Amino acid sequence: MTDRLGSGSVPGASIRARDWGWRHAGRGKPAVSALDLDIEPGERVLLLGASGAGKSTLMQAMAGVLGGDEEGDESGTLLLDGRRPADARGRAGLVLQDPDSQIVLARIGDDVAFAPENLGVPREEIWRRVRWALSAVGLDLPLHHSSSDLSGGQKQRLALASVLAMQPGLLLLDEPTANLDPDGVREIRDTVDRVVANTGATLVVVEHRVAVWRDIVDRVVVLDPSGGVLADGSPHAVLEREGPRLAAAGVWVPGIPPRVADRPHRRATGADLLVASDLAVGRTPFASKQPFVAASAIDVTLAEGTGLALTGPNGAGKSTLALTLAGLLEPVDGSLRATRPLARGLSGSPFRWKSRDLLTRLGTVFQDPEHQFLAATVRRELAIGPHALKLPQRDVDARVDELLQRLRLDHLADANPFTLSGGEKRRLSVATVLAARPQVLLLDEPTFGQDAVTWGELVSLLGELVDEGRSVVTVTHDRALVTTFADRELALGTTSGVPA
Amino acid sequence: MTALMPEIRDSAVARVNPIAKLAVAVVISLTLLLSIDVVSASVALVLVGILLFWSGLDARQFWLRTSPLWLAAPFAGLTTVLYGEDSGALLFEWGLVSVTEGSLGLGVSITLRVLAIGLPSIVLFATTDPTDLADGLGQILKLPSRFVLGGLAGMRMIGLFIDDWRALGQARRARGVGDAHVLIRLGTQAFALLVLAIRRGSKLATAMEAKGFGSDIPRTWARPSTFGGPEIVLISIGLVIAAAAVTAAVLAGTWNFILD
Repeated sequence: MTDRLGSGSVPGASIRARDWGWRHAGRGKPAVSALDLDIEPGERVLLLGASGAGKSTLMQAMAGVLGGDEEGDESGTLLLDGRRPADARGRAGLVLQDPDSQIVLARIGDDVAFAPENLGVPREEIWRRVRWALSAVGLDLPLHHSSSDLSGGQKQRLALASVLAMQPGLLLLDEPTANLDPDGVREIRDTVDRVVANTGATLVVVEHRVAVWRDIVDRVVVLDPSGGVLADGSPHAVLEREGPRLAAAGVWVPGIPPRVADRPHRRATGADLLVASDLAVGRTPFASKQPFVAASAIDVTLAEGTGLALTGPNGAGKSTLALTLAGLLEPVDGSLRATRPLARGLSGSPFRWKSRDLLTRLGTVFQDPEHQFLAATVRRELAIGPHALKLPQRDVDARVDELLQRLRLDHLADANPFTLSGGEKRRLSVATVLAARPQVLLLDEPTFGQDAVTWGELVSLLGELVDEGRSVVTVTHDRALVTTFADRELALGTTSGVPA
Repeated sequence: MTALMPEIRDSAVARVNPIAKLAVAVVISLTLLLSIDVVSASVALVLVGILLFWSGLDARQFWLRTSPLWLAAPFAGLTTVLYGEDSGALLFEWGLVSVTEGSLGLGVSITLRVLAIGLPSIVLFATTDPTDLADGLGQILKLPSRFVLGGLAGMRMIGLFIDDWRALGQARRARGVGDAHVLIRLGTQAFALLVLAIRRGSKLATAMEAKGFGSDIPRTWARPSTFGGPEIVLISIGLVIAAAAVTAAVLAGTWNFILD
């Protein structure tokens, strides 16, 4: 079907949805319903909608990977070039949020070759396409380069190249930049723009951050959580008309910043809690004895009632420093001392403290919320900290109820934490730490990939915590978070790690 | 170095199709399982040892890769010496433990046998890239590609699981549940890793399906897996080693066919 397409150009694919809907097996409410949508060949569409409006479900349906009858119930019709998407393998290419879960093979050349192999493309043609796809995304590396040994932006470009090698007529990108730093975001956006211009493929992008994509799409479609399409038109017209409503639904609309609560009770800085001087931080790689130093010569003091932002490029050692300050990694060199108001009778070295002693002193919110979930329901998840502190059941319940309400998780109290949406998972991971009321909170990229509403809530909450007298540290790439929240910023340098 | 991209030096053995190496390991192992005696194992061990010169492994890599074997083999032998079937003159006795000439001989031949079976397997695979092995399994042995490539894709995730394991441990400590007994802690953490692994696996499966994996279209293979001169030579060498081991043992009168 593609042998004549030397330049990589393909006929764009079309989408026709008529009264289409999908209900995931075991769910009461359909994820998408009553959808009528036509997408013409070569169109570039930005697909928006509130969290839970069914954007990802629609993307998977167009890619033909929603599954069969046992996965859910389909209603109406959804056709790709007039065929069922599952019968048109190779016409649609889907790129997902997390690059690590899309890379299949160990060498980049082999990974890009994987899709054409599955589609039965002849060998010589496969390698021609591999070279074309890698150069189209600007990944100028040898074919045998390890697919693990890449930056976040490079991994996502590899994921894009692996899909382009199918020469799809429809390119589907489901939050392709949510896990990337600002450089990675621009890298992917520009690559997509170039590739789509060269191939003529139809493009559908789902992304919260409208400003990133606004200039390269020619149509915005907004899904209505209660079914069908809420708005459809040129980016300018849709954002003009629906901007405020979209912003209220969590979409990042240019010109409408998320609402952040005022901080009427700002306090003066209190006592010092944790003092690092000439600190070197690092991790010991698997099956190695030598720690790998991620950052060194760090002087920083965490005091009550202050908000600190740890910034710097990828690989500067921000997360490693946060884990060390949190008492979870041993300092490699220099000194890290907990003062008396924090240690409260314990030694000055947090890494030596018991797990239970950390709870009320140093609370850590991990970058991936799934790493810190331990219980089968949201309610029990929140009770773990208070139980470990051996609080009476009445107090445990009081704290849990308060947090459920404050972080708008009360309707999810009996849900399994793993089934929550991205924003809900993030709120829960913060709430689990707040349940133990630590003096110092350390959060690793708390606003990464969050919609505008969750962003506003998180930033308001962090400000509130600082004003309660806590010391709050956030590792972040998010400039808006730094300017809105932080009292101080510690920018770690670009010095790459060296073995100690 | 990762599970899927071990550092493999170019060598005569590394260039041979992994399926041929697999065949050699199987031939030698099966042959040595047929008898328990000192002569056949010794001959096989010496001949395999000679083959190692073409493997391209340096001394450090060799000892590192085969270290489990050097611990396991003498241990298996020692157990046989102490508790194995007794025959011949009694050399030493203490409670249940008795060492006789017969059990001593048996112990030595078990040790040599474990080494002679283990060394070619470990060394042959230390010189093999898993992707090449999967190509061979799919193209030469015609195993189902779903099975072969699914397994290969799963192996790539091992590196991610190592990072997950570390993060899970830190998260448990931060959540105040890190003081439990080490066995309880490892048990619950292993379960959490399993949950994460399943979630990662299902995401990967979706991504693979979106790339046409598992469709009805007959698959092509980007990397040809060929079987030619070098492969036939290596398999022949394997057959010669096996034959030499059996012949030497029969001539020496030590061959005791275990199925008799």
